Amino acid sequence: MTTPLANYLILAALLFGIGLAGALARRNAVLVLIGLELMLNAANLNFIAFWRFSPHPEMLTGLMFVLFSIAIAAAEVAVGLALVIAIYRHRRTAQLDRFDSLKG
Amino acid sequence: MLNEIVFLLCAAVTLVGAVAAMMMRNLVHCALCAAGAFAGLAAIYLQLDAEFVGFAQVLIYVGAIAILIVFAVLLTRGGDVQPSAATTSPSWWMGLPVGALVVACLIGSIMASPRLLRLPSQNVHAPVKQIGERLMNQFVMPLETVGLLLTAALLGAVVIGLREPRKPESNAP
Repeated sequence: MTTPLANYLILAALLFGIGLAGALARRNAVLVLIGLELMLNAANLNFIAFWRFSPHPEMLTGLMFVLFSIAIAAAEVAVGLALVIAIYRHRRTAQLDRFDSLKG
Repeated sequence: MLNEIVFLLCAAVTLVGAVAAMMMRNLVHCALCAAGAFAGLAAIYLQLDAEFVGFAQVLIYVGAIAILIVFAVLLTRGGDVQPSAATTSPSWWMGLPVGALVVACLIGSIMASPRLLRLPSQNVHAPVKQIGERLMNQFVMPLETVGLLLTAALLGAVVIGLREPRKPESNAP
């Protein structure tokens, strides 16, 4: 176990940046959801890394937070994809720049 | 030494999968690459001695969420599959600098902090028995709340996804 904590944090930062850039740049609603998932996973990686390198890892707090975070991410994906499919049924498209009914 | 090689391999799989998931044109390929990135993250969790979270990641992300994404891709590619259509939004050029700026700020602050170079505490193990005891004692209230939230989300997803019933004809007998 010789990899320092900073390497894990840099990996999480890169993953967050990739997810953010993808969520901002892509047109398809499903791909924007995948970008959101990548950002959530980067946050989870930070929790696990800080838990592993903390002075009291036997408290298991970071681990518990990640378990709850994964459960909430699963709920979020289920509702988000149901919304995408419902909008697709009305508008016949999943391209985000064509969902502009509320645009002023 | 071996530990660093394993970390670098898993990090490479994760980053390549994430970049491919965000850059490929074919949506099914994007979903598969995202599943690869999630699997790489699960391997990193295992390398960090968090076995339970690693296997939960495999079950939930690589199993359930990847399948959900593939289903959504297949259900939403009816009319608008033109090979020449743009895959990026009209303001896509905003995305890359914003992402690069965020990454630069984060990496700059990580590098500037000398405390983050410390090595981990030894002999960490989180057995499933201990996690279960914690879930049943200290974290029982959040556990129940998550159960309620998952039920509500499941019902909500079904209700949103239901086909709307056709309005009955006004002149029907």
